[in-house]
Amino acid sequence: MTAPLEHVLALAVLLFAMGAFCALARRNLIMILLGVEIMLNACSIALVGASLKWQAMEGQAFTLFLMALTAAEASVGLALFVHARKRAGTLDSGGYSSMKG
Amino acid sequence: MSVTQILFYVLAGVIAASTGLAVFQRQPVHAVVYLVVSFFATAVLFGLFGAPLPAILQIMVPAGAVMVLFLFIIMLLGREEPKPRDLATMRWIGPAALAAVAAVAGAVLLSLPVHEAVPMAMAKASAKELGRFVYQNYWPAVEAVSVLFFVALAGAMFLVRDFKARGAEKPGNEEAQP
Repeated sequence: MTAPLEHVLALAVLLFAMGAFCALARRNLIMILLGVEIMLNACSIALVGASLKWQAMEGQAFTLFLMALTAAEASVGLALFVHARKRAGTLDSGGYSSMKG
Repeated sequence: MSVTQILFYVLAGVIAASTGLAVFQRQPVHAVVYLVVSFFATAVLFGLFGAPLPAILQIMVPAGAVMVLFLFIIMLLGREEPKPRDLATMRWIGPAALAAVAAVAGAVLLSLPVHEAVPMAMAKASAKELGRFVYQNYWPAVEAVSVLFFVALAGAMFLVRDFKARGAEKPGNEEAQP
């Protein structure tokens, strides 16, 4: 026996709220991307818990795709940060106020 | 309360505590190290939920590859001097309030006595079964993920290309071209 699904979902909600707070309130671009990672991690916990609850493998399969998505998103995001740091010289999200290209 | 049930609450506490510590770190390196702990505990949680393949991949992909990539980029870019903060408290209040409202709403929703909170039975989907399931039912998604990785690779290589080699279009580019 493991915990009830409600408690798993409560953990996922807590993690998602912390990730959203990190993505919204932090000023460093790397911390913003880490907040997005935390939110996706919360999603995969909820998916695996639901997969156990209903004894279906779709949740676990989607978790695998979510991991692939996370890896691709992190690589492109970090490459974008390297480029942005080269162009603007800062990682502070307040320093980017124009989209001049 | 059985051992596996206690194990869930211990793991949930570790995950929540390490993630909370990661969110409030000033240095991104410390945050990344705390997140590695959080993802590792998540992998053990997946194992507890009867998902061995996501557990192993959680260690390999997010905790291993992605977090090491974050560390590489942090080391590559170096640390910046923290700027003097203006209206720092006001900037934190909005997101903190929104996150707190979401968390409280979730807690209230989960505490409603709709039905008894039944502990879930243990189950296990072996890696072989899950792999067969994915390749039988979701093979277009697997192909789409491979295309996504190719596009991500091309995009990342495009973004970190040395744009200065194109010529002196930008003012302030005083490096001599060979």
